[in-house]
Amino acid sequence: MTDLLAGRVLTDAAATQRLARRHRAERRFKLYGLAAIVTALSILAVLLITIVSNGLSAFQQTHIQLTVELREGVIDPQGTRTEANLRLANYKTLVRDGLLEIFPEASGRRDRRELARMISSGADIRLLNMVLNDPSLIGSTQTMWFKAAADIDSFAKGQIPRDVPEDERKVSDKQIGWFDQLDSQGLVDKKFNVGFLTTADSREPEQTGILGAVVGSLLTLIVTLVLSFPIAVMAAVYLEEFAPKNRLTDFIEININNLAAVPSIVFGLLGLAVFLNFFGLPRSAPLVGGMVLALMTLPTIIIAARAALRAVPPSIREAALGMGASPVQTVLHHVLPLAMPGILTGTIIGMAQALGESAPLLMIGMVAFIVDVPGSFTDAATVLPVQVFLWADAPERGFVERTSAAIMVLLAFLIAMNILAVVLRRRFERRW
Amino acid sequence: MTDDHIVKSFGDELERIDQLIVEMGGLAETQLASAIRALVRRDTDLADEVRASDVRMDDLEREINDRIIRILALRQPMAADLRVAIAALKISNELERIGDYAKNVAKRSLVLVQSPAMSPTLTISRMGTLVQSMIKNVLDAYVARDAACAEEVRLADQEVDQLHTSMFRELLTYMMEDPHTITPCTHLLFIAKNIERIGDHTTNIAEQVHFLVVGQDPEDARPKGDKSSTTVVKLTTPEEAPEEAGGK
Amino acid sequence: MALQKARDMAEMPVHDDVAREEGMAVPIKIRAQHVSVHYGDKRAINDVSIDVESNRVTAFIGPSGCGKSTFLRCINRMNDTIDSCRVSGSISLDDTDIYDPQIDVVQLRARVGMVFQKPNPFPKSIYDNVAYGPRIHGLVSGRADSDQVVEASLRRAGLWEEVKDRLMDPGTGLSGGQQQRLCIARTISVQPEVILMDEPCSALDPIATARIEELIDELRENYTIIIVTHSMQQAARVSQRTAFFHLGDLVEYGDTEHVFTNPEEQKTQDYITGRFG
Repeated sequence: MTDLLAGRVLTDAAATQRLARRHRAERRFKLYGLAAIVTALSILAVLLITIVSNGLSAFQQTHIQLTVELREGVIDPQGTRTEANLRLANYKTLVRDGLLEIFPEASGRRDRRELARMISSGADIRLLNMVLNDPSLIGSTQTMWFKAAADIDSFAKGQIPRDVPEDERKVSDKQIGWFDQLDSQGLVDKKFNVGFLTTADSREPEQTGILGAVVGSLLTLIVTLVLSFPIAVMAAVYLEEFAPKNRLTDFIEININNLAAVPSIVFGLLGLAVFLNFFGLPRSAPLVGGMVLALMTLPTIIIAARAALRAVPPSIREAALGMGASPVQTVLHHVLPLAMPGILTGTIIGMAQALGESAPLLMIGMVAFIVDVPGSFTDAATVLPVQVFLWADAPERGFVERTSAAIMVLLAFLIAMNILAVVLRRRFERRW
Repeated sequence: MTDDHIVKSFGDELERIDQLIVEMGGLAETQLASAIRALVRRDTDLADEVRASDVRMDDLEREINDRIIRILALRQPMAADLRVAIAALKISNELERIGDYAKNVAKRSLVLVQSPAMSPTLTISRMGTLVQSMIKNVLDAYVARDAACAEEVRLADQEVDQLHTSMFRELLTYMMEDPHTITPCTHLLFIAKNIERIGDHTTNIAEQVHFLVVGQDPEDARPKGDKSSTTVVKLTTPEEAPEEAGGK
Repeated sequence: MALQKARDMAEMPVHDDVAREEGMAVPIKIRAQHVSVHYGDKRAINDVSIDVESNRVTAFIGPSGCGKSTFLRCINRMNDTIDSCRVSGSISLDDTDIYDPQIDVVQLRARVGMVFQKPNPFPKSIYDNVAYGPRIHGLVSGRADSDQVVEASLRRAGLWEEVKDRLMDPGTGLSGGQQQRLCIARTISVQPEVILMDEPCSALDPIATARIEELIDELRENYTIIIVTHSMQQAARVSQRTAFFHLGDLVEYGDTEHVFTNPEEQKTQDYITGRFG
């Protein structure tokens, strides 16, 4: 052996060249890895920057300050102060009068209509609710900030350009003139769009909010988690620890692996056929949505749980069995706690997948336009991805930024879930 | 015997011990033969050679001791290997004693040269030859790990003992008849005793060989034939023939 | 002074098997008769019969793959966890056949404990490691009880002084030798009658090994111990009876002293002296 290497001292020229080549190959390989990471991160960065730059403006809402006289003659001419009567009043007039006060030169029906269109249509509801809450306000004069209409809001945010011809933009020249005047008088302000986070969906962009979709997603995910986690963990434990190793269990394992690859819309069809048509459960409900998503997530969690269980070293099982623990005690006291971090990771991945699913939920009807925040598991609801889909489809200019804002909320949700997963993992791991 | 050790150097070390024992045994044999020849032929040069060669015996014993201690410490020998080590240790000790006795015979033969030759010298020569063959046989038994052969050597010592007893009586008689022979006879007595002791040590070696092979000490007591310790020769007047009394 | 010491030593029981020498019967704890073990078609143990004596350390030695670990694992039925394993013949613990269908394996394993080759403490605190066994077998009721059991077991295992101030630290944070002693404490916490040890020192350094051997010597008073070991020196140091296995057969079984100075079988001799693996 030594005579083979005799004379081939590793310092001759050829060897040095080979060595240099190997080092270069090393460096190249590391560079490839680095390049891959940089590419991935930059794509991610581009994505995030695009979304955030588009959506950030949705969190601001342009408001116009008006002085409104709550004339009794309009609100409650008979002075009954009954709710029914109060509801019948035409609050729009009050708002319009407030505007006319500032712009008395607006004459003619067309002009007045244009002027009135500068304020969000929900203004009258707002006045109604004010009066209902506190009838003593009738007769007083209030100076309030009203939400500007969507197009004015867009214009104020610079999304509608000034220099295009009038028929190519949503705001007329007159409206621009009035707006500028309001602005110079300091009656225009951009405030934080609280409503976006506290109201449900609406036809009007400026009144729309994400709360309905958030609550809908939350309820759906709760149902998904409650259904899929225990079933999946139990199944994985049984398959891994107790089931005999024969053809039947192999068959089951193959099927579970395949189910994980089934297109999600198929689960939607299943939900439609079985849950809605056969069992007659309410359409669009988080309960049904959760059940469908649970079916979809089950294989993911089972596979992750099985891998986690398999990763527990057999020495732990032997030690427990040797102590006289029964097989069930061994699993519950020793194996499962050790496998928990892995199982939780799989669960969070499954949940994150479920959070972002829209296709199966479309099939069971969660695509409807829901204006109320769902109150229970059986109320009609929508979920965040579907909401994004609906808003992306809507024609109004204001929905563009709100779509991106909804995506931001969705991402925030996902990040929150991941942080929760990390915290839970740490807690389990620290206990050892 | 059985296969070689898996660790070849261990087997080599044990083999080396065997070789040294054989060398030492051969040297002991030669020492005894030369000492006896020096006595019979009254060859003082040979006697001096024997005395000088004893140093080699001591060296060999020391070397064997060192090697065995090393084997015990480093190899932790078990079972048969352990018995080989312990037996070799003891055998080298016995062989060294044999060498010392042979040296003593050679030393005394230098004195005997100064006196006229006597007939008991022939009996001593016979004893010496017998013991020599015992040594040779016991070494063969050691090399061949033959317990039966070792047992034969054990039994052969009886004849040596008997020879010694008769030598003792003969020499006593000589001394009683002619007081001038007392000096050479006394030396001859000691020489005979030395040779008898060599026989005993050879028997010890045989017992070690038995232990090595079988794993136990021999169960029966060794046969003893030496009655010299109880021999009495009565002094009689010149008219009466010398009588013998004492053990038969 | 030296004379007194010599006198004292003369009074001590000189030989472990004085009992056997005087013809007294040594109680048998485990009796195996004609035991054969098959893994599928392969035969791992071939018609082995052996009597393991109470309160003695019995060593199983033999080359790799000779079946000594397999045989050991039959005694507490750990081989049940392997599907393809079939055991025939009988093994009785105190005259009860352990393969009797009526026997509860869980109970058996509380009577026959096991210490494994690689120390495997549970990933719990030191306290919980030792308290787990008594808890699941219902041997303790309440915190005070289990405190007592934990302390007694750790003391017996020679670990108490080192860990008494950090009982809540994780068991996996100890050194190798300490972990193995923790596993021994865990095993003895359920008061077993027999302790099986499968090469307990093979993963430990010489000092830790020596401590475990000392511990085994102390435990011998109260437990019957069977130890499987690759090291013949260890078997020689630690055991009173030694069984030599080769290719699934029990070749020789006798007093340790006898087996290591003058074995009956040539195969034993060859293995012990290192003439074959």
